[in-house]
Amino acid sequence: MSGTPAPTPAPVASRASAKKELPEHFRDYKHVWVFIELERGDVHPVSWELLGEGRKLADKLGVQLASVVLGAPGDATNAAVAESFRYGADVAYLVEHPVLADYRNEPYSKAMTQLVNAHKPEILLLGATTLGRDLAGSVATTLLTGLTADCTELAVDADGSLAATRPTFGGSLLCTIYTLNYRPQMATIRPRVMPMPEREENRTGRVVPFAPDLREEEIITKILKFIPDRDSAKSNLAFADIVVAGGLGLQSAENFQLIRNLAATLGAEFGGSRPLVQKGWMTSDRQIGQTGKTIRPKLYIAAGISGAIQHRVGVEGADCIVAINTDKNASIFDFAHIGIVSDAIRLLPALTEAFRFRLSPHQRDRLAG
Amino acid sequence: MRILVCIKQVPDSAQIRVHPVTNTIMRQGVPTIINPYDLFSLEEALRLRDKFGGEVTVLTMGPPMASDSLRKTLAIGADRAVLLTDRFFAGSDTLATTYALAQAIRKVEGTFGRQDIVFAGKQTIDGDTAQVGPGIAKRLNLLQLTYVSKIAECDPEKGEITVERRSEGGVQVLHTKLPCLVTMLEGSNEVRRGAIDDALRAARAEIVTWSAKDAEISDLTKCGLKGSPTIVKKVFAPSPRSERAAFIEPEKTAADTAEKLIEAMFARQPKLEAEMHKLASGL
Repeated sequence: MSGTPAPTPAPVASRASAKKELPEHFRDYKHVWVFIELERGDVHPVSWELLGEGRKLADKLGVQLASVVLGAPGDATNAAVAESFRYGADVAYLVEHPVLADYRNEPYSKAMTQLVNAHKPEILLLGATTLGRDLAGSVATTLLTGLTADCTELAVDADGSLAATRPTFGGSLLCTIYTLNYRPQMATIRPRVMPMPEREENRTGRVVPFAPDLREEEIITKILKFIPDRDSAKSNLAFADIVVAGGLGLQSAENFQLIRNLAATLGAEFGGSRPLVQKGWMTSDRQIGQTGKTIRPKLYIAAGISGAIQHRVGVEGADCIVAINTDKNASIFDFAHIGIVSDAIRLLPALTEAFRFRLSPHQRDRLAG
Repeated sequence: MRILVCIKQVPDSAQIRVHPVTNTIMRQGVPTIINPYDLFSLEEALRLRDKFGGEVTVLTMGPPMASDSLRKTLAIGADRAVLLTDRFFAGSDTLATTYALAQAIRKVEGTFGRQDIVFAGKQTIDGDTAQVGPGIAKRLNLLQLTYVSKIAECDPEKGEITVERRSEGGVQVLHTKLPCLVTMLEGSNEVRRGAIDDALRAARAEIVTWSAKDAEISDLTKCGLKGSPTIVKKVFAPSPRSERAAFIEPEKTAADTAEKLIEAMFARQPKLEAEMHKLASGL
């Protein structure tokens, strides 16, 4: 890959005792890549979020940021490429082939592996979606390199290594993981963990077409059909502006209704912590936290949630976190902005009533006047 | 039909505690369980066996203690259990784990016959990576079906399978050939309770126990810490925000407390009230 000069940052300090000289054949691995998840004409927003994060890493390393778009030849791939420039990519690898029309593990992992071997990125980021995880595991195993799943924070060290931080041990601790002597350094990141970058309408970049070596007759798995989810079944939790959630402090499945009531009054989405799914009080698509949804609302009200790290990493992007808990030492007060030591079961109905009054049309007119 | 199910014995995460001073995991006395996601795969394997005949072999890699979990799978109804255990495997990341497991599966096939389907859990509750299933598939050149919500059809004679696979925004109906690797989605079936006969059999059953050498894993540089490209450099407790939450003192009545709380929210986020009006009125 040519283009703008990419100065390699000099190793400032030998940080890691485990760090050996990077093997010769890995030294020309350069630049940061983001896999653009294009399915049925739409790009998953996590791809843009990763371009925002990839931009920071690339700037720190003094290298280019590239988007990788796979798909059948057509408008959708071209639109995805153009959009990736607007979200920060300098270069776009465009991998078009009829076999890549819909996601299947075999052709996608083959095409991706071929592209990596041909153009050698030092960092490869994918969304931790069902597609991203399915693909990343296959690609990393084929390339025999390291893959860190579900990162919540990415950074570049003084010597240029990717420091990927993720929750571990069921979410009670965080750990920072390196792939020191192998390339590319791969990581998956959950949707909504990274903020959406600014979109620059007139930004553009260089397209590098890549022809993968694929043949439909060699691909064994066939897609018989695709059954889209009914819209009503989908919760909009990840993208909601206001979210109300409950935890075990609610004490019973019946009391979870208090969360729904407040959410309905606010026009908000509702959810809960992992134990509620395990208890069957709530379906798993409403789970907020590391193994559930990550949210970035303007207001997040957490009622009776203790705030384990597994939950915390899912809500830290909220502008304002309000915590209601009877235990003044609950971890949730370590990261909430506003806290109240109170019984959520008693406070929630009062809060719903007070909001109903405050948000009534009459009060709105008063505010406007 | 011969079916292999990979499981992992994991600490019951609900009971893990962090030492308040040293910030290390307190493993002592934490009960272990079969990774809950693995059970959906085990159940699906047992259903296929019950339908088509054959046998289900369960495989795990772990410390000698992991035989407890294997014995439980026998009690649920599995036919055979294999434990891969060796100090050379200590510290394996997902890549090193898939190397060892893939080698062990080859050994299982050499010893007990070719497997039609290899099942794995969708992910574990301790590592949560969802990488080991795909890694095994790649190493054994098996077709990969992850996040399967339903096995719609399976024809062992023809060597074909049709599944429903959860993807973003919908379900893919996929048709492929055996042998393949399947990971089942949670809640896709109801895990059976074992029969009394199975429980009795499990108590007496011999767990096939293999060292690296027994499993004919010759390249130990691909195992354990040595064979792991990823390195955990640091484990730490999350730092609290520099300021703790601003606490609101509760008032005498819940209604007054609610008022006060709302005032505090709007004081902190001045634009919030107008935005909430918009949302509440459905604009």
